Parts: sequence; C-alpha cells; structure tokens
Amino acid sequence: MATRFDRGANQSSRTATREHACAHCTLPVPAGLVDARQERQFCCEGCKSAYEVIHGCGLDRYYALREDARASGGPVQRSGRRYSEYDDATFHALYATAVEPGVARCELFLQNVHCAACVWLVERLPQLVKGVTSATLDFRRATLTVTWDTRVAKLSHIAGVLETLGYPPQPARGVKARQLRQAEDRTALMELAIAGAIGSNVMLIFVALYAGLFDTMEPAHVQMFRWVSMGLSVISLAWPGRVFVRGALAAMRLRTLHLDIPIAAGLTAGVVWGVINTIRGTGDIYFDSIAVLIYFLLVGRFIQRRQQRAAADSVELLFTLTPSVARKVGDDNAVRDVPIETIREQDIVEVRAGDCVPVDGVIVSGMSTIDKSLLTGESRPVAVETSDAVHAGTVNLSGVLRVKVLGTGEATRVGRLMRLVEEGARSRAPIIQLTDKLAGAFIAVMLVVGALTVALWWHIDPTKAIENAVALLVVTCPCGLGLATPLVMTMAMGRAAREGVLIKNAEALQRLAQRGEIFLDKTGTLTHGATRLVKWWGDESVMPMVAAIERESSHHVARAVCEGLAARCDGADVPAASHVREVTGRGIEGFVRGRLVRIASPGSVDARESGVKYAEGMMEARGEAARMGLSAVLVEVDGFVVAVIGLGDELREESPAIVTHLRDAGWRVRVLSGDENGIVQRVGRALGLSHRDATGGATPEDKLAAVRDSAQRMGEKHTTVMVGDGVNDAPALAAAHVGIAVKGGAEASLAAADIFLARGGLRDVAHLLDGARRTMRAIHLCIVVSVLYNIVAAALCITGHITPLLAAIIMPMASLSVLAIAVRARTFGGRKGAAV
Amino acid sequence: MSVLFIVLPLAILIAGAFVAAFAWAAKSGQFDDLDTPAMRVAIEDDATAPKKAGE
Repeated sequence: MATRFDRGANQSSRTATREHACAHCTLPVPAGLVDARQERQFCCEGCKSAYEVIHGCGLDRYYALREDARASGGPVQRSGRRYSEYDDATFHALYATAVEPGVARCELFLQNVHCAACVWLVERLPQLVKGVTSATLDFRRATLTVTWDTRVAKLSHIAGVLETLGYPPQPARGVKARQLRQAEDRTALMELAIAGAIGSNVMLIFVALYAGLFDTMEPAHVQMFRWVSMGLSVISLAWPGRVFVRGALAAMRLRTLHLDIPIAAGLTAGVVWGVINTIRGTGDIYFDSIAVLIYFLLVGRFIQRRQQRAAADSVELLFTLTPSVARKVGDDNAVRDVPIETIREQDIVEVRAGDCVPVDGVIVSGMSTIDKSLLTGESRPVAVETSDAVHAGTVNLSGVLRVKVLGTGEATRVGRLMRLVEEGARSRAPIIQLTDKLAGAFIAVMLVVGALTVALWWHIDPTKAIENAVALLVVTCPCGLGLATPLVMTMAMGRAAREGVLIKNAEALQRLAQRGEIFLDKTGTLTHGATRLVKWWGDESVMPMVAAIERESSHHVARAVCEGLAARCDGADVPAASHVREVTGRGIEGFVRGRLVRIASPGSVDARESGVKYAEGMMEARGEAARMGLSAVLVEVDGFVVAVIGLGDELREESPAIVTHLRDAGWRVRVLSGDENGIVQRVGRALGLSHRDATGGATPEDKLAAVRDSAQRMGEKHTTVMVGDGVNDAPALAAAHVGIAVKGGAEASLAAADIFLARGGLRDVAHLLDGARRTMRAIHLCIVVSVLYNIVAAALCITGHITPLLAAIIMPMASLSVLAIAVRARTFGGRKGAAV
Repeated sequence: MSVLFIVLPLAILIAGAFVAAFAWAAKSGQFDDLDTPAMRVAIEDDATAPKKAGE
C-alpha cells in the first residue's frame, strides 16, 4: 500500500500550498499531510522514515552537504520489499564472497545516487547498521561494496536500510569479469608509466647528444649516453612495447595486414640498427624517436580502451535492474522472496501489480492487464485471466496473479530471443576498419619505397644503402595513422558519453558516417511508449471530479488520466471522493460532491442493462476517438455521458522534425513495429513516409529478416541502422550494421546494440549521426596530415638528407599536429549542426 | 665532467624509484575509481557547523 499512498500524495502535491517543504526531499508538502503540531513536515511516509533513520543516527549533516551540492533526491519511493532473499544461501553463493569466516563482502548497485552528499551518507552505513565493517561507494558506477559481519548483521537488513534512505539496491552482476578487466587495466597503466618514464629520460639524454653535435664533447661521454639510451630503449620495446610486436606476429599468422606490422617493423628495425651502431661505436641512432613513439602509441591505445570500458560498464550495470527475485508460493501457501535462479518448473509464483513477470507460465488464479510492449511492441495493455499464458519480461499492471512456472531463464521466450540475438550478431559482416585498409596500402608503398632506396643508394654509395633504408622505416613509422583513429574516436566517444550517448563499439561511428537505411521502432522510440491522455471531448468542468476518482486507482488507465489531468487543470482543487469502487474490466465509480461519477470503457457501458444517455456530441466524439486510433474512456455523471477521454500512445513532439532531418541527410527512414498495422500506418503518414516504408505487426523474426535483408542490400558502402528499445528488437539490433538501443529498453536490446542512448526519443539519434560524420572527417584530416609528413620524411630519406636530429624534429611534429587536430575537432557536444 | 658517470646512473635510479612507486599505486588499485575520492575528500570531517536541515 505504501507505493499507492505515495503516488496519491505526489499527485495532489500540485495543489498543495507552497509554504511547507518536505524536510527530506524539499518538495512541497500536500496540504492534507501538513501536521501543524510538528516542527518538520514530510511529503510522504517514505521521506518521513528516511529522515527518522538519518536524524536518529546523528547524520543530519547530509542535508547541509546536499544543500552545498544544490541537489535534491526526490521523494523516497518504497516498494515494501523485505529483501528476505538476500539472506538466502543461493543468493550468497551467487553475489557475495566470504572475506574471512563470519565476514562477507557484496557489491550492490544503488539507484538514485546523484551527488557528493549521497556518497557521504551511504558511506556512513557502518554507523547506521551494526555489524557493517566497511562501505565504499564507486560514484560513477553507483556500486556499493559492503563488508559485514554475518553473525551481527543480515544483508536483508542492510538492503532494507538502503531502501529506506532512498537508494533501492540490486545485486551487481558480472563482478568477477569486471575484476579481471580491472587487473588488466592496472597492468596497462603501469606499463604506460614505464614507457613514459623511459621516453622522457631518453629524450633528455638526446638533448645532451644533440647539443654535443655543435660543441665538442668528450667521446667517453658520448659513448656513455649512447649505451644508456640503448639500454632504456631496449627495455621499453621489450616490456611495454611488446604489444605491438605481439600484434604484428598475430596478424602475420592470420595473414592479414594490420597496422601493428609497420609499427613493429619500424620499432624493431630502429632498435636493432641502433644496438648495432652503439656496439660499433659509430653511426646514427634513433632511440629518442623510438622511445617517445612507443609512449605515444600506448597512450592512444590506453585511453581508447578506458573509454570503451566506461561505456561497457554503464551498460552492464543497467542489466542489474532486471528482476533478480521471484515471489514463490510455498506448499503452505506462504509467499517468500527467493532468487530467480532457485525457481523450478511447476512452482507457483506470485506477481503483484507493477511487477515484472519473472518467468514464462500459465495463470492459475487472478485477473489483470499485462503490458507486453517489451516483448511484442504492442502498445496497448492486454487483459489476461486464469489459464492464459504470460511471458517473462512483460509487466503486470493491475491485479495480483499467481503463475505456474513453465520455463525460466534460457527456456523462456525471452531466452529464445537472446539466442536469436547471438545468431544475428554472428551473421553480421565484420566492419573493416578504415585504418586497416589504409595500413594495407601503406605497407605496400613503404616496401616498394624501401626497396627503391636500397637500389638507388647501391649505385651511389653501397655503405649508406642499409642505413638510409632503416632511417626510412623509422621516420615514416605510421604513428600518425596509429594515433589518429584511437585519439579522435576516443575524444568523440568521451564527449558523446557526456551527452548521454554510450558507444560500445568504436567502429560503429565509422559506419554511421555513411548513408543507407535506418529502421525505427515505433513504441518508445517514435512515440512516448506509454498510454497518455491525448484528447478530451466534452465538459471540462468535470475534470477535477474525474481526477478525484481516478487517483484512487492504480490501474494504468487511471494513472494516465491522472497525469494528463494534472497537466491540464493545474492549480484547480481536487475534491474528495467517497465510496470509490473499482471493478476489474468494468471501470471505476464513486461519489464526488454528492454526484455519482462513473468512468468506464465504451464496451462496458454498452453492456450495462440500464440505458445510458449521451450529452450532445459525445456519441460522435466516441466515434472520432476510434477513427484516430485512440482508446476511448467515457465519463458519466449521474447517468449522463458528459465527456470522452481519448487515450493513446502519442508521437513524440520532436519525431517528425528529426525524421525529416534524417531524410535530408540522405537516409531512407523506415518504421518497423510489432504494433497493429493500422496504427503503424497512421504514424508513418504523420511522419511523411510512404506506405511501403511503414510495417506493422512484425514479429521479432520478421524484424530480423527485414534488417538482415537490408544489410545485405547495403553491403559495404552503405549502412543499415536499427533503432529500437524492446526485446523484440534485439535480434534486429544485433543483425544491423549498427544497432542503437534507446533508454527504457530491455536488457536484451542493450546487449545486442552497439550504441546506447541514455535519453529517450530520437533527438540523440540525429546528434549521433551528425557527430559520427564530423568524427570521420577529423580522422581523415589527421590521416592526410600524417601522410604528408611521411611523404616529406621519405623524400628526405631517399635523398640521404635525414639525420637523427631531423628525425627527432619531424617525428614529434607529426604526432603533435595529429594530437592538435584530434583535440580541436568538433565531434560531439557542438549542437550547431544538429536538427533541434 | 667525469661526475656524469655517477650522476646519470643516479638520475636513472631515482626515476626508476618513482616508476616503481607509481606501479605500486596502480597495482594496489589507487587509480581504479577516480571520481569518488574527489567527492569524499571535500566532505570528510565535520569542520563546518551543520546548517539548518531541510529547505
């Protein structure tokens, strides 16, 4: 009941006086809840108990800190969960680790962590719960690592306290994989430091050597500098630099041309030549260029990897939000929360209103409406009753259901869809990287030029032939090529992430810069994805009365009407309703100001035996609603239908403009939806799409087929993009060249997509496509610049003019120019070129 | 100038010590989370008097 009470309280908060602010969340307190005897006022029970816990433990400082951070968490919504499954042995085996006997550690993902005050409060957990020994919050990942004494505290209690504070916890999944990656990251960082230290020290030594070129220098000193720089450079290549050699060897074994091959060849040739000349005690050495090059190349690789990790981490954490718990009905008819992994076939589980159905099964008792939009794309809720089938991933909207389990995990419809996703991903042609293509041409050209140099100098001066060829390899080492792509991509991905666009796969940007076909899902992408009040016909003076009745119900229609009315009659007082009665499938009725108000569907009104009279124009309004593709709800006051409410899934305001923008940019826009064909066609017309480009009634398999077909037609030169949010889109997302998942979607779609948009709607799709084009332009510019440098350097080598000093000037200049272009490039964030 | 024969190895030893210190810090996880400590350090102790709650 707690949630319903909270909702009611929030609903009427619009009409509350502004004098009282909630002591916990600072939102205005509804007039009905103001208790004049109390010093502090609260907007809801959730906030009140959060305040009591914080105040009771002497942590009032949280409020001062929060004020400094200018943040407010919003009202505390309590689900009433008891978290009893958190004490289950299965749960501990899955998510917790024993540090030592009696002490356990667990990672929990917390919702609503938003500012420094949250970090402070959550890390005071040892003060709040006896037995907790440490609590560390990772702010970016919103993950709490908690260590507690299992003999004193229970994890369920810890979870309960966190929820009371307004941070509902979920066990973090994939912890082991992340720890492995973390170890890799640490090693990479350490090797980067070694390469950096060696690079800068070798540079310093060479400054002395170059100074010695113009002055006289003692030969003993020169020899020492050469030996020390040789030692350091050999360490740099053999330790941090071995990744390039390893990459080159792997590429050669696979018989592919990879950028690592010329890099490794240049580095190795330079080091070997330098070692020979150092031992001989005469001749050119290039250790400064090599040591710095290794460092720069590693920096490029490191930041790119870090960025991709950040995006992958964020997406992984979102998976955590799917239900990990089912309410199992035991033999004694008692209901217990248990981890989803322990549920077996033929078990009975209970699904409350508002919960996600955790399993596939058959309803054994209860009736309700189910939102299947995640699975099928169908935007209208479906009524279900005993002996109907329900699927995991759908949401139970109204009544309590008991479901006999027929399948869990892999065996559910969602599980089968996930297999389709894998299949889609396998069938996708790999994206050939631009740099790989260029590297192929580059290697061929370098080999020819190198051979020419040797041949040329063999005739002029055979002693210089090999030396000039090595100089050529070192100086033209494609560091510009190696740096350009990772740097620009990384900068672009970082900026995009700040805009709420998480790019998991850098190559996707390259694909997006081409044109082709873009498939859009309807529900949740083009539209809001939820039933909303679209139109009101008839007497507007009854709006407050309707709001009074509807706010008593948690039915999805009632919620949509309430929200719609709150926006339409802002400021008006909502009167009190009495004798409110809700009959599932029939509607809701009650008395407001002494008048009988009934709100019901047309079907149930027609079915009623006693006749109903329609006020003028209402019969027509009913028909018009049907023509507009809206579900009608009739408002009846004292036996007269005085108003008709049209409910539907409205097109987002920005959708038509963005579709036009995409088409102007050269994309063919198509709508692909599981929703009724009639509705989809109407949406298509509203967006100005031709009849063929809007497809309704598509199953996940149909979507996969359509996208796969398009991807084949587009080939390498053009791109097929799929934008969607549901599980039903997941196979198509995986099969498209680039899959883009939109916020609010299912975890399957996140797993399948290359790019995740943290904001709903299409606005970011337009930003993304524009940004991708700017990113590729910047990369091309970088490549052109570095190739120009290489041509100049190659010309100097062939003519025998390159000296180590000239090499030391040209090489960092090339890298710095590329760096400057990468940093200055406007990829994401500059909104000028965007549609909206 | 023969002092160079002592100073250069010494300089490299010192540089090596700093690299080793950094390697230790990286290995012990001090660079894993770069966001939260920045927030933690600003609010560690009750140095300022708590302001009035709420509002």
